[in-house]
Amino acid sequence: MRKAELVMALCLAAFSAYLMLKSAELPIGWIPDEGPGGGAFPFWLAAGMFVCCMSVVYRWFRRTSPISQSTEPYMDKNTQRMFITIAGSLTVMIGAIHFIGVYFSLPLFLMFYLRFLGRHSWPLVAGVAIATPIVTFFFFEIALLKTLPKGFTEPLFYPLYDMFL
Amino acid sequence: MEIINLLIGGFAVAFEPLNLGLIIFGCTVGLFIGAMPGLGSVNGVAILLPMTFLVPPTSAVIFLAAIYYGAMYGGAISSIMLGIPGASTAVATTFDGRPMALKGEADKALIAAAVASFVGGSISVVLFTAFAPPLAEVALAFGPPEEFSLMMLAFATFIGLGGDDIPKTFFSIFIGLALSAVGLDIVSGEPRLIFFDIPGFFHGINFLVLAIGIYGIGEMLWTVEVSKGNVQMSKATVTVERTFDALRKVLGTWKTMFMGSFLGFFVGILPAAGATPGALMAYGIAKSTAKDPDSFGKGNIAGVVAPESANNAASTGSMLPMLTLGIPGSPTTAILLGGMVIWGLEPGPLLFVEHEEFVWGLIASLYAANFFALLINIAFIPAFIMVLKMPFTILAPIIFCLCVVGGYVPTQDMHDVWLMLGFGIVGYLMRKLNYPLAPAVLAIVLGPIAEPAMRQSLIGSHGDISTFFTRPISGTIMICAIGLLLMPVIKILKNRMQADRKPEKGV
Repeated sequence: MRKAELVMALCLAAFSAYLMLKSAELPIGWIPDEGPGGGAFPFWLAAGMFVCCMSVVYRWFRRTSPISQSTEPYMDKNTQRMFITIAGSLTVMIGAIHFIGVYFSLPLFLMFYLRFLGRHSWPLVAGVAIATPIVTFFFFEIALLKTLPKGFTEPLFYPLYDMFL
Repeated sequence: MEIINLLIGGFAVAFEPLNLGLIIFGCTVGLFIGAMPGLGSVNGVAILLPMTFLVPPTSAVIFLAAIYYGAMYGGAISSIMLGIPGASTAVATTFDGRPMALKGEADKALIAAAVASFVGGSISVVLFTAFAPPLAEVALAFGPPEEFSLMMLAFATFIGLGGDDIPKTFFSIFIGLALSAVGLDIVSGEPRLIFFDIPGFFHGINFLVLAIGIYGIGEMLWTVEVSKGNVQMSKATVTVERTFDALRKVLGTWKTMFMGSFLGFFVGILPAAGATPGALMAYGIAKSTAKDPDSFGKGNIAGVVAPESANNAASTGSMLPMLTLGIPGSPTTAILLGGMVIWGLEPGPLLFVEHEEFVWGLIASLYAANFFALLINIAFIPAFIMVLKMPFTILAPIIFCLCVVGGYVPTQDMHDVWLMLGFGIVGYLMRKLNYPLAPAVLAIVLGPIAEPAMRQSLIGSHGDISTFFTRPISGTIMICAIGLLLMPVIKILKNRMQADRKPEKGV
C-alpha cells in the first residue's frame, strides 16, 4: 500500500505538471477589465492538483495518513492476476474493434471471459456470445440508427441494412 | 392551488402510454440493477443513458428517474438476502436486514424495506412538490455570480461534509474541473489542453466517458475483486398470511419511517451527503431514540425501516437542487443533469418557466414510479432472488460490453472508448487508495457551467472579484461555502486543543 500510495501521488503530480504546462499555452494571467485568461482556469486547477499530490507525499513521509501506515499489499496475487486478465482482455477487445469491428470483437471477448474466467458450459457461452451482438445490432443500428464500427467486416452488413432499413 | 393544477397536467404527461410504459420498465430494470451486488442507481443510469436516445428527451429523463427510484428499492434485496449491500446506499440496511434473514424472517425484512421505501419516497415527493416551485422562483433572480457561488458551495460540501481524505477530495474536484476544460476555450474559442495534439480532444471530454469509465468499468473491476469470496444466500418463504403479518409489524414503526423520510429528504439535498450518509444517520437516530437500542443489529425491524425510508427520500431530495438550481445533489443526479444538457433541457430555474410540462411530468412520474416500484418489488421478490443467484462472471462481461458500446454511441468516436477504458482503470487504481471519485464526476458535469459563470461574472464586473461577495445572495452562499471549506481545519484545531488539555488534566 505504502509504495502504491507514493507511486500514484508522484504519477498524478507529473500529470498535474503536464496539465499546467499545457494550460500555459494560452494566457494564464489576469487580463485587465476582463478577468482571467483562457488558460488560467485549468492552470490553477492543475496547480491545485499538484499541491494536493505534494500533500499526499508529505504525509507519506511523515506516515500520518491511514494508507501510508498500511502494511497490507496493494494487490494480492489473485487480484493482480484478475486485474491483468480483465484489463488486458478489455484492451485487446477495444483494439480489435478497429480491425474486426464490434460484432466480432464483442463475441470473442464474451467467449473468453465466460469460458476461461467464468468456466461456464459451452451452450451458455455460445448463447450469450451469439445473442449479445444480435441484440446490439437491432437496438443500435436499426432502432437508434447509430452505426457501430465494423472495421473490414463492413461489407458483410450491407445485406442486413438492405433488409431492415 | 396552482401547484395542484400543474401537477394534474404533469400526470397527463406521465400517464401517456409511452411514458407510463417506461416508468414501469425503468422501475423493473432499476430494481434488478439495485438488487445486484455492486451495482447501484449511479451505475445503472451511467451505463444506460446512451440507450435512451431512442425516445424523446422527456421520456428518457422519466425512464432514468424510474431506474434511479427502482434501484433505491432494489438495493435492500441483496443487503438482506446476501448480507452484501446492493449499493452503497443500502449499507445501513444490512445491519438489521441480514440478522433478520438469518433468523428466518427474510420475507419480513424485504416487505419492511419495500414499504419503508414507499413511505420515504411518497413523503419526499410531496415535500419536493411543495419546495420546488418557490425555490425555482427565488433562483430566477440568480445571475452568473450566484451560479458560480452555488457551485463553490456544492464543492465545499464535499470538503466539509464528505468525510473522505481532504487533499484527495480536493484533487478529485480539481481533476474533474480540469478535464472539463479540455477542448475549446469558451471565451476566446482557442483550442485548449489538446493532449499530444490528438484530434479527439477538440470536442472536449464528454462527462459520460468519465462516468461510464468510473461507474461501469472501474466499478466492475472493484466488484470482481471484492466479491471473490463465497456468499451465503438466505431463504425466504413468502405466503399471503406472513405478508399481512409483516405489514402489520411494519406499520407499527411509522414514527421511524417518518423520521427517516424527513431526514433523508433534507440530507439528500446536500450535494456531498445524499442517500448513503442519510441512511446511516437515520439508522443512528432510530437506534438512539429506541426503547430497546440493544436489539438493533440483531434483527430489529426498525433498523431496516429507518435506512430504507431515508435512502429513498434522499434520492428525491437530491433531485430538488438539480432541477431548480442546476446543482446535482448526488452522483446519479449529476449524470442525469449531464444527460438533460445533451437533450437541450438545461436544468435550473428557467426549466420551470420554459419547460413547465417536462418538469411537472417528471414530478408526476416520481409519484407513479414510487407506486409501481412498490408493487413490482413485492410481487416479484422470488424473481429478484433468482437473479441474485446468477454468477457474476456472466453479468460482468455483458456489462463491460454495454460500457464499450455505450461509450462509443454518444460521439461515435473510438477515441472516447479508449479514454473511457483509461479512466476506468486509473479510477479503479485510485479508488483502492481511497481517492473519492464522485466529486470528479460532479465536477466534470459542473465544470462547463462553472467556468463560463465565473468568467461572465468577471467580465460583467470588469475583472473585480468582489462581485461574488457584494451581491447579497451570492455573498451569503460564498460565506457558507468558505465556512464549509474551513470545517476540516476547525476540526483539526479542536482535536489539537483537546489533546493539549488532556495531559494537563493528568497532571
